[in-house]
Amino acid sequence: MAMIEFKNISKWYGNFQVLKNCTTQVEKGEVVVVCGPSGSGKSTLIKCVNGLEPFQQGEMIVNGKSVGDKSTNLPQLRAKIGMVFQNFELFPHMNVTANLNLAQVKVLGRSTEEATEKSQALLKRVGLIDHAQKFPGQLSGGQQQRVAIARGLAMDPIAMLFDEPTSALDPEMINEVLDVMVELAQEGMTMMCVTHEMGFARKVAHRVIFMDRGEIVEDAPKTEFFGTPRSERAQQFLSKILHH
Amino acid sequence: MDFGFLSQPAFSGGGTYFDWVITGIKWTMLVSLCAWVIAFTVGSVLGVMRTTKVVWLKGLATVYVELFRNIPLLVHMFIWYFVMPELVPKSLGLWMKQGMPMPEFWSAVFALGFYTASRVAEQVRSGIESIPRGQTHAALATGLTMPQVYRYLLLPMGYRIVVPPLTSEFLTIFKNSSVALTIGVLELTAQARTISEYTFRTFEIFTLATVVYVVITLAVVVIMQFVETKIRVPGYIGTGR
Repeated sequence: MAMIEFKNISKWYGNFQVLKNCTTQVEKGEVVVVCGPSGSGKSTLIKCVNGLEPFQQGEMIVNGKSVGDKSTNLPQLRAKIGMVFQNFELFPHMNVTANLNLAQVKVLGRSTEEATEKSQALLKRVGLIDHAQKFPGQLSGGQQQRVAIARGLAMDPIAMLFDEPTSALDPEMINEVLDVMVELAQEGMTMMCVTHEMGFARKVAHRVIFMDRGEIVEDAPKTEFFGTPRSERAQQFLSKILHH
Repeated sequence: MDFGFLSQPAFSGGGTYFDWVITGIKWTMLVSLCAWVIAFTVGSVLGVMRTTKVVWLKGLATVYVELFRNIPLLVHMFIWYFVMPELVPKSLGLWMKQGMPMPEFWSAVFALGFYTASRVAEQVRSGIESIPRGQTHAALATGLTMPQVYRYLLLPMGYRIVVPPLTSEFLTIFKNSSVALTIGVLELTAQARTISEYTFRTFEIFTLATVVYVVITLAVVVIMQFVETKIRVPGYIGTGR
């Protein structure tokens, strides 16, 4: 069974349909990249996975549990899925270690010592152990995003969601974040990434999903997608973003 | 100006006029601080209620805020002091009129506290609502429940953002406490008025009262500035420029 399964997901904002019958899945250990023009519903789709965005039709099965089901314990489910956002969204009033510790202590019930140990190991891993006592506002964008990834990993997630993790970064900081993501992918982490970094997709993705106007237009293995995308819209999009 | 009269024994006994001033300061402080405790706690709860997605909680808080901030403070005082004992069950009303100690004091505290709560509520709400939605999303995504998101993220950040307007509100409560003289609380302004009537030293006594108000409010300003520095987030609000 797939780890994340989208079954005919549809979502409306008033009369405007942002997601149209989206069906796809992410297998365990799979890296799926979602791309498409802005406003195509990529971010909305990925936020449906952990129920941050409600949807009106269809079913989302994550780790065997239905996200839309009222009886599902959403916080418990979310705790198992790490998520990284475009604007980092670290908690500004807590230092880096406290950011990583918070959910470990309050959700998983770890002791502060246990959590700190875990946090330090992860900060070492993303190369930020020297910044453990700093506040988010004192770090660069790339550093903040790496802390955010560590925050997700601290919960020992079964999958990680990335919502345009490099879009808000200066060009010279993109790679430090992508390097961490590539490493994660190579270790076999289940990942769903909304990104325009086609280099990253080429390197580690198993499948690429192309969205346009709320629809999944293309859902193909990486080689097929970069080789001969079937839809004209995807071809156009690729030719635009692959030029530079 | 001659402040010599302050050391004279008061006309109706009970120490010197200076003692009256001290009593006035005591009541001003007591009314203001007790009212602030109510204003801050009730205001915070209402402010949070107005930011929730639960329709009836939100509606209830909105009705409260619009009702309480749109009635003059003076009317609040009169309602709590004169009308409330008639509204509650008869035996309780009778106790409020005859048995309750310091009825004018408690009426003033409740009137000022619940009125200011409506203003604090709006400030707490604006603090919470100024936090980007992505922050809430990020906190929820780690598995925190909504109450936990309020406890660990929205309230700590929200309060930090609204410390400057909350300081103003805290100052206002000291100045508004003078309205309590209308229902007979012998706070600073009331004492100054009485002393002026007995001694005809109107100019001196109101100068003194003014200075005392300024000293009290400046002390609040200094305390709040200390609080502001204490809770300042490195690399965030108030550290730029």
